[in-house]
Amino acid sequence: MSVNMRFGPYGGRYVPETVIGALDELTEAYERYRDDPDFLSELGVLLGHYVGRPTPLYRARRLEDAWGIGSGLWFKREDLCHTGAHKINNALGQVLLARRMGKERIIAETGAGQHGVATATASALMGLGCRVYMGRTDMQRQRLNVIRMRMLGAEVHPVDSGSGTLKDATSEAIRDWVTNVDTTHYIIGSAVGPAPYPEIVADFQSVIGIESRAQMLEETGRLPGSVVACVGGGSNAIGIFRGFLDDADVALVGVEAGGEGPSGRHGASLALGRPGVLHGSYSYLLQDPDGQVAEAHSVSAGLDYPGVGPEHSHLRDIGRVTYVNATDEAALSAFLECSRLEGLIPALETAHALAHVRDGAAALRDGGPVLVCLSGRGDKDVDQAGAALGIDASA
Amino acid sequence: MPESGAARLERVFRDAGRPLFVPYVMGGYPDMEASRRHAQILAAHADIIELGIPFSDPLADGPTIQAAGQAALDGGTRPVDVLDIAGDLRDGPPVVVMTYFNTVIAQGARDFLAAAAAKGVAGIIIPDLPVDEAAEVREAARAVGVALIALAAPTTDDARMAEIGTSAEGFVYLVAVTGVTGGEMTMDDRLRALVDRARRHIPVPVVVGFGVRTPDQAAEIGGLADGVVIASEIIRRIGNAPDPGAADDAVDAFGAGVAAALRPYSG
Ligand SMILES: Cc1ncc(COP(=O)(O)O)c(C=O)c1O
Repeated sequence: MSVNMRFGPYGGRYVPETVIGALDELTEAYERYRDDPDFLSELGVLLGHYVGRPTPLYRARRLEDAWGIGSGLWFKREDLCHTGAHKINNALGQVLLARRMGKERIIAETGAGQHGVATATASALMGLGCRVYMGRTDMQRQRLNVIRMRMLGAEVHPVDSGSGTLKDATSEAIRDWVTNVDTTHYIIGSAVGPAPYPEIVADFQSVIGIESRAQMLEETGRLPGSVVACVGGGSNAIGIFRGFLDDADVALVGVEAGGEGPSGRHGASLALGRPGVLHGSYSYLLQDPDGQVAEAHSVSAGLDYPGVGPEHSHLRDIGRVTYVNATDEAALSAFLECSRLEGLIPALETAHALAHVRDGAAALRDGGPVLVCLSGRGDKDVDQAGAALGIDASA
Repeated sequence: MPESGAARLERVFRDAGRPLFVPYVMGGYPDMEASRRHAQILAAHADIIELGIPFSDPLADGPTIQAAGQAALDGGTRPVDVLDIAGDLRDGPPVVVMTYFNTVIAQGARDFLAAAAAKGVAGIIIPDLPVDEAAEVREAARAVGVALIALAAPTTDDARMAEIGTSAEGFVYLVAVTGVTGGEMTMDDRLRALVDRARRHIPVPVVVGFGVRTPDQAAEIGGLADGVVIASEIIRRIGNAPDPGAADDAVDAFGAGVAAALRPYSG
């Protein structure tokens, strides 16, 4: 089966000629291995015994009460994946592909550091060299993940251009790839980038949706009324949505970074951007009238990105998914409520999905049980969230 | 019907009878007036001017051009202002605009290309628009007499070279190194074989760029190809100059030096 290059008008391969051959090679490798029994069994064993899949489905009863969601609130526990977020599902799949393509060096970009940690982990496991590009601003706010990557043997390369965040790190990773394409596989961390990346990442993440659909049926005897996920580039969201795209009665909701709110800086590409080309694909984008890409803003490094994956742009246009946003402030308070009521410290990215569930509860609960992709845990965020919330370690 | 950009470009190669010098000017760097002057100064030495419109996220560019583009944007440079520089050069060498795809489509490719054509722009280079994505833009450009200049790279295989050759017009920009701008090329058997391969598959002139720094290197390239692009080195010299007058002089001297290095190939 051939790999999707476009989602409606979105996607494509808007990259320098130098890497086109490598994209062709990746496309061929993926077509060859996606249904290959040896590949699938190697990945399956790792997902089961190393990542800890299937991840559980958990009913968050205390938040149900606090937020008035009588129809039921369920968490798909990607925070329990090894390394602490869904990113490992994609990183392992791509490292296995890279090895089959004979690549000896892995590069990645990272915002929150979760994709960087996942890629450093997978590279360590496979004995491949790994360099991770990370914006200087993000290295400060996700300091703990920088240390983890270095402990895992990866080289973390600071990026000072632009605002020193995910956009700049991605540009720098692509430049490295353009220069070292013969030896290097670029593991992109979200469902973004030139084709075939958005399809490959979505496919490796679709395990989230496949598992949670079956688990909802088993636990509740029905499908959820709505599925809610945060959207940075959109990999955890597309991963869970893909399990439900054909279930017309299941409402799908993506939550982008509302940042400082509608009049301030934000990361709400789908709500407030217009289509353009960044990092190799045509998709919704925050930009000025001349097409200069705008700097996004979010309290969470993983949602601080002016673009979004092309499949989300298509799902937005055809109306299959509704995209909303949650502000920094709303996310921080949801972060604290989830920690205090459930004993689950969520990632700041994930807290955006929770904030929407809280603030949109009235509309969501009418449809039936609410399923949230709990994309990651918040260990990495304790410095930053603690500072924002006035919680520290002093006596 | 005025002469198309493609025809103008191809005529320049024919008439020169030697490899062409294609210097790059980043519009708005170090400021708009200075870049306008540098373009005028280089016009006296150049056969074609490559005029850069800065973009916020230039994926094919190394640190030198990135920084110059960012400085231009910080100074408020807009695409319309850069196109004005092309308008000033109407009586000089043909101008080829270089910018990224999002700049072209932000207000609609048709409008952008029409505005460029109205300023007399002969061609456009879009490094993140590979041949398989380019058909629509190529047609829109052709309709207003602007040539879409294709790029080829060391990683482009023979079949793709031929595909690029089939639709090429004006010239093809052959990237000398696997990498971004601003590195340093070395003249070796690999590069010779690459240029040779490109010329076998591509029916229009082949111009080589990326990593060319000195007049001597330009002359070496001139022995193989139909032209040579120099970009980062010119920006570096502008950046290193102590004042605007010295920058103008540096641009003039460097342009004269490269032009002189290519002259022996005449006739
Ligand atoms: C826990 C977590 N959730 C979500 C995201 C956002 O990425 P995506 O939209 O690709 O899922 C990140 C990114 O770093 C993350 O670490």
